[in-house]
Amino acid sequence: MSDAKPFDVIGRSHERREARGHATGSTLYVDDVSYPRMCHMKAVRSPVPHARIRGVDFSEAERVPGFVTHLTADDVPKNVYTILCLIGVEPDEEQVLASERVRYKGEPIAMVVAETEEAAFEAAAKVKLDLEELPAVFDVEEALAPGAPIVTHWGSNYFVYEGHHCRRVRYGDAPAAREQADRVITGRYQMSPIEHAPVEPTGCIAKPEADGRVTVHTNTQAIFFSLDNTAIILQVPPHKLRFVGGTVGGGFGGKVDVIVEPLATLAAMRTGRPIKYVYTRQEEMQVSSTRSANRIYITDGINDDGTIVSREVTSYEDAGAYSRHTPYGCTKHAANAAGPYTIPNVSIDVHCVYTNRTPSSAMRGFGVTEASFALEMQMDRIARELSIDPWELRMRHAYRNGDERPYRKTTEDATLIETMLAAAELAGVELSADLRAMSSDDRGVPA
Amino acid sequence: MTARAVGFALNGEPVAVLAEPLTTLQSVLREQLGMTGTKAGCRQGGCGTCTVHVDGEPTLSCLVPVENVEDRAVTTIEGLGSPEEPSALQAAFHEGFATQCGFCSPGMVAIASALLERNPDPSAEEIGEALAGNVCRCTGIAPIVAAIEDAAERMR
Repeated sequence: MSDAKPFDVIGRSHERREARGHATGSTLYVDDVSYPRMCHMKAVRSPVPHARIRGVDFSEAERVPGFVTHLTADDVPKNVYTILCLIGVEPDEEQVLASERVRYKGEPIAMVVAETEEAAFEAAAKVKLDLEELPAVFDVEEALAPGAPIVTHWGSNYFVYEGHHCRRVRYGDAPAAREQADRVITGRYQMSPIEHAPVEPTGCIAKPEADGRVTVHTNTQAIFFSLDNTAIILQVPPHKLRFVGGTVGGGFGGKVDVIVEPLATLAAMRTGRPIKYVYTRQEEMQVSSTRSANRIYITDGINDDGTIVSREVTSYEDAGAYSRHTPYGCTKHAANAAGPYTIPNVSIDVHCVYTNRTPSSAMRGFGVTEASFALEMQMDRIARELSIDPWELRMRHAYRNGDERPYRKTTEDATLIETMLAAAELAGVELSADLRAMSSDDRGVPA
Repeated sequence: MTARAVGFALNGEPVAVLAEPLTTLQSVLREQLGMTGTKAGCRQGGCGTCTVHVDGEPTLSCLVPVENVEDRAVTTIEGLGSPEEPSALQAAFHEGFATQCGFCSPGMVAIASALLERNPDPSAEEIGEALAGNVCRCTGIAPIVAAIEDAAERMR
């Protein structure tokens, strides 16, 4: 340390603290922890996407050697998955364990605890579910059509934003500007849901301690979210819980709203034994939340000189069966749905739609990435139709410092042009002198 | 079903375990022998995180009943080096930033060390072929290939 000079960090290689452990297999992940007398817990999940629960029969499961106990909705002190209540957004509509209805394939109805993992699998498979299957809906626009099966408990398949059926942005007068434009270019874009697919499955271990607290080892990406959630769901003071985390074998946003800890902690409190609850690969792929699927319609009014005078976006974001972070994702989507471009007239409607699919939630830039996918496809389409260089089209419209965004915020930190110039250089793309002279601090005079 | 004793060599030392029929080598290593460097990413032969060497051959330990390795030599990531004394390959992974979340790293090191045993000078294409069954979801494959090339050079 003594001979280290100040400001000499950048430009040199530095050892990564965890890398030696990773390369030698000595880094400890959640599933590597175990305790004497540890039990294993597995979920009993709905085999169908939409059903009324008429009954759950544990009689055969209880006869499996090694069976310890089971949990249902009745055992959960506050049976509400509270992720959105923590950031002040309602409705708290998802249950930790479903009591009356299941709304997606794989929704947990009960938990089984057993002496070994094999016994837990076997007992979970022997729980008999009496389900009355209901019609299901899997498409965002079908879900909003009259007569669609209703997914939510409040009677519509959309989230209500301050009294509105969708998240709206209005700037200028887009329909009027489109009427005046030389031409209109439209596009319909569709994204599939994307699973994060971490190589390390989601999981936790809850261990009761002699002092009445519970230590929870977890691979959550949001340790205080997880701790607060568990305290609220179990109705215990947070100081009764000690969460240990920090090592995540791949998250990508998929381990932000983790829901394994409350049930494992509940089982640990009930049995007085350490409980391990780790997803199988199948659960990781099917049950953990995904990036939402989006269907996005864009209608642009464009003049023959290549100026985009209006942009109207109607987007349907598939929340799946429950809200989780998707209503918030839709707000981010709405803010970014016109793109990083300055367009004088903008109208945006983003619908947060409920279907009988796996709930979607956080994943790397969620809401924004989906908008960018559609918008950049649209920008290429415009460039092709007008025979304009796609770099020029983007750089001419790129937002500059001082420009007002459709959501009424003045841009202060634009770097789009500088980023594009750097990207062009890296990619070996020759840009014209006009483009190379552009800057985020100067709109310049249109040629 | 009756558990029976199975003996094999683990990282050069003889071990014996009691195992029910069809218990996988992976669960014996992780749960009975505490060798948790061998990871469990999918337990269905799809991710490569559980790769170990059986008589020097890379093997998916999640698909092998422990009885199949009776009287054979099993080498896990712990047998290839340690944080204090990493192998050339482990050092190259460490120094070359070839780990991100780290969960695939033990399997990557295991498959790569078997490759370098049989081919001390592999091309990038041959390395890619060897890694085909090992998933790095963090998409850090390029530095992994570079680290293997670097290790091959150090070892030659």
